Amino acid sequence: MSMSVGVPLELATGILVLWFLWAPVSLLGTRFPHLVRGFFPISAGAAFTLSIAGFMALTHAPMTMTLPLGLPSLPFHLRLDPLSGFFLILFGATTCAIALYLTGYRHREGYPVELRIGFSFHILLASIVLIFLADDVYVFMLSWELMAVSSYFLVVTDHHTEVVRKAGFLYLLIEHIGALAIMVAFAIMRAHASQGVGMGYTFHALHKATLSVDQAGLVFFLMLLGFGAKAGLLPLHVWLPEAHPVAPSPVSALLSSVLLKLGIYGLLRVLFDLLPAPMGWWGLVALVLGLVTALFGAIASAVQNDMKRLLAYSSVENIGLITAGLGLALLFMAHDMRTLAALALAATLYHCINHAFFKGLLFLGAGSVLHATGERHIGRLGGLIRRMPLTALLMLVGTLALAGVPPLNGFVSEWLLLQAFLGATAFSQPYLNMGVPLGAALIALVAGLAAYVMVKFYGIIFLGRPRESTLQNAVDAGPWERAGMAVLAALCVALGLLPTTVMHLLHPTIAFLMGAHAPQALHLTPGLLIAPLAVRDATYLPMAVLGVMTLIGVVAFVAVRRLFLRRMRRARPWNCGYPVLSAQMQDSAEGFGQPIQHIFATFLRLRRVVPVPEDAAPFYESVVEDPLWYVLYLPIMRAVGKVSVAAGLLRHRKIAIYLLYSFVTLIALLVFAS
Amino acid sequence: MNRATLGLQGLQLILCVAAAPLLIGWVGLCRAWFANRSGAGVLQPYRVLKKLFAKTPVVAHDASPLFLATPYIIFAATALAGASVPMISAARPLTDAADVITLAGLFILTRIFTALAAMDIGTAFGSMGARREMLVGFLAEPALLMVLFTPALISHSTSLTVIVQHLTASSPILYPSMAFAAAAYVMVLLAENGRIPIDNPGTHLELTMIHEALNLEYSGRYLALIEWTTAMKLFVYMSIGVALFIPWGIPRHGGLAHLPWALVLFCAKLCIGGIALAFLETILAKMRLFRVPEFLGTAFMLAVLGLLLRFLLRR
Repeated sequence: MSMSVGVPLELATGILVLWFLWAPVSLLGTRFPHLVRGFFPISAGAAFTLSIAGFMALTHAPMTMTLPLGLPSLPFHLRLDPLSGFFLILFGATTCAIALYLTGYRHREGYPVELRIGFSFHILLASIVLIFLADDVYVFMLSWELMAVSSYFLVVTDHHTEVVRKAGFLYLLIEHIGALAIMVAFAIMRAHASQGVGMGYTFHALHKATLSVDQAGLVFFLMLLGFGAKAGLLPLHVWLPEAHPVAPSPVSALLSSVLLKLGIYGLLRVLFDLLPAPMGWWGLVALVLGLVTALFGAIASAVQNDMKRLLAYSSVENIGLITAGLGLALLFMAHDMRTLAALALAATLYHCINHAFFKGLLFLGAGSVLHATGERHIGRLGGLIRRMPLTALLMLVGTLALAGVPPLNGFVSEWLLLQAFLGATAFSQPYLNMGVPLGAALIALVAGLAAYVMVKFYGIIFLGRPRESTLQNAVDAGPWERAGMAVLAALCVALGLLPTTVMHLLHPTIAFLMGAHAPQALHLTPGLLIAPLAVRDATYLPMAVLGVMTLIGVVAFVAVRRLFLRRMRRARPWNCGYPVLSAQMQDSAEGFGQPIQHIFATFLRLRRVVPVPEDAAPFYESVVEDPLWYVLYLPIMRAVGKVSVAAGLLRHRKIAIYLLYSFVTLIALLVFAS
Repeated sequence: MNRATLGLQGLQLILCVAAAPLLIGWVGLCRAWFANRSGAGVLQPYRVLKKLFAKTPVVAHDASPLFLATPYIIFAATALAGASVPMISAARPLTDAADVITLAGLFILTRIFTALAAMDIGTAFGSMGARREMLVGFLAEPALLMVLFTPALISHSTSLTVIVQHLTASSPILYPSMAFAAAAYVMVLLAENGRIPIDNPGTHLELTMIHEALNLEYSGRYLALIEWTTAMKLFVYMSIGVALFIPWGIPRHGGLAHLPWALVLFCAKLCIGGIALAFLETILAKMRLFRVPEFLGTAFMLAVLGLLLRFLLRR
């Protein structure tokens, strides 16, 4: 086995070891709280270094390393290639911000954050690095389990309430269904892999697996199931809206920004790197599944009233968009349309990193709001822009980025995705030619809904009048929390304004993913103007958009100030002359989502309690539930219940009967075996 | 980019900013004529703007900076959108910076800021208006993009410049797919600009307002900027319509020789467009809010049909 260790891989391994070693020290949290808290900025620095290592790996030849750990004949194989490098950048930058935020994080309940979070957090970070570096099935599954368990403990940090424990259980359950599917898929690949000396379970051996079309299809399906469960694809998304709200906010940020992307990383690794050339239907399945997930997530997030639940459903939506891009890339690969495949991959990776940054920012901001007010229900907030101006400003950046407006980063990846959809006109099958542009229509609908959701989210939390009197005491986030959010906000702006730089950085990863199929790939422009296909086809220059807008705005401002000198007069709100003005007259969270409920009633399950005029104490409630529970999960639960009751009939607690069972089994075995 | 192109670009920006109220005035005058009234003249919007600019702005006590910045932001975004639409020249100016998808993005930006500013004061009408505006927006957005994709697929480019160059290079034949797209575009234009039958720009009844409800708390120069932006938005939408569906006459390259003729032709097209808009508004009645999804759904389906026809007929 060749050993080509490079500086980036050594750096990454070093940080991995650092985090593993630090985790047990965190257990001293109650004794030395300052020591444990003081390590979070160091972790942030380590995470930053990790993203530097990721940068270096992009242009470096793939590096490998074998560690004499694990079982005797199964050493750990590590490898750092451009794909892992890209995800290390995403992970490092996001984690850097989250660790900064954690430094100043105090939980409202007043339990020792150091003790509860410190240990699992660092184990989780280390296991994620190990997942990205894993080069054999053994390390991969081991670190995958470690990731699942440590993140489970982070989700149930506040384990004294039952809701939290239930959400944690659901998370662990779906996580393991996914892990099982992944394991089976790897086993199928391994069974058909070449048996070279020392190859064992390495990805290199799997790479050379000779699978029949049906076997490859089965592996694809299992991988989509397994990694889809992690990423939150329909119908396995149900853990997201339960686990995100109950976890501490920095953990929610990590879940949404990084852990969901592990599913995407797994899909990219297996489908593009390990499996042979994709079949046409794989791409179509992933594309349709992604689009359905995106639409469902967007609709569901519009009707949520818990701010972290809303953000969780919005993550479902974004994962849907990412998967749609991935499916499109597979489809293009299968039809040998390489440039377009590269474009779709660029959109996928770009959206991955965008979503990590803006969703991380929004979850951290939601955490600061929760911290300041103790309230997760959007409908009991309001007017916080006046109490928490800095948080409000940083959150505005995240909100606009998620809504996908120029010149921020969310728009660039949506733009790329739409370009990929529009390029799809040369398929050999007419149904694809006509069907794929319809995907663009759905993407447009989802983008419109995202804007709606973000206006609801930002408008109700930060604008208007405070809906509760306690909000008067809210104070702005502390310096560490602000620093964490500011890092992510700055990254959102940078990724929005410098798309060409990002495209240059994405290029090695795209070339790696496409392997032998790598085309001249994309049209990379040197300046600030992004033109992924050709300058004639499509161009976008965010710097000019921002520059000209600023120019026009400033000229208008100065001109108006010069020409019309009237000073502004402050007064009571006009409110159409109606004298009484109370905070309850504003839209409630339910009210703002009502049009969506009305239009997409078939997609949602709505339960409403409406008061009648004679009620002494009128009470109104509307609860929107995930229809998937009723369509899929509850029937499965009932079926499992029936099966277990039926199985219970076999038990009679009499030894003679059990002996009879053994006897019958033996006879049956003898009959069938002979 | 040479000096002539840059000059044309500047001219187009000024044309959009300066002439936008004229178009609103013309539509208003035509509406008055159709209703057998004499009308206030095409210059009325300028008088209104002048009056508003001169007044002392009255702002609610706890208005946030977002509220005060919004008029400038939406003014700038809409003016930029206007500057990147080929009106009197298809030479590549700002269209390089902003293609049709970016144009749609700029409209979303405007809408989001308008809605947020409306929610800032915390009055009942403000948040109601914001909710309705976003409702119309998220329904109209996909329809608009679908409309824009049909010519984008015909010319294999999302740049409006290339679309115009491609369409004007061919003789004025009718693309059947473009006929569907045009019908859908008219519906989207009515919805996005708050015209009848979606919204009534002249309404004084708060409960039925959409667009006007957003601006209730604004006054003085802020209101003037918003009114101006509304006028510009209609102007930009009409110009996009001209560029997509009747582009013949827009010079394909930079150069000042064709300028006067192009200007006259462009004004004539807008005049006719204004008459058509006024006519539509006169014969239609405002619809209930929950009919709006059906209306925009129809627009969306028409646009999708246009797109599919494009693949079926290869035209």
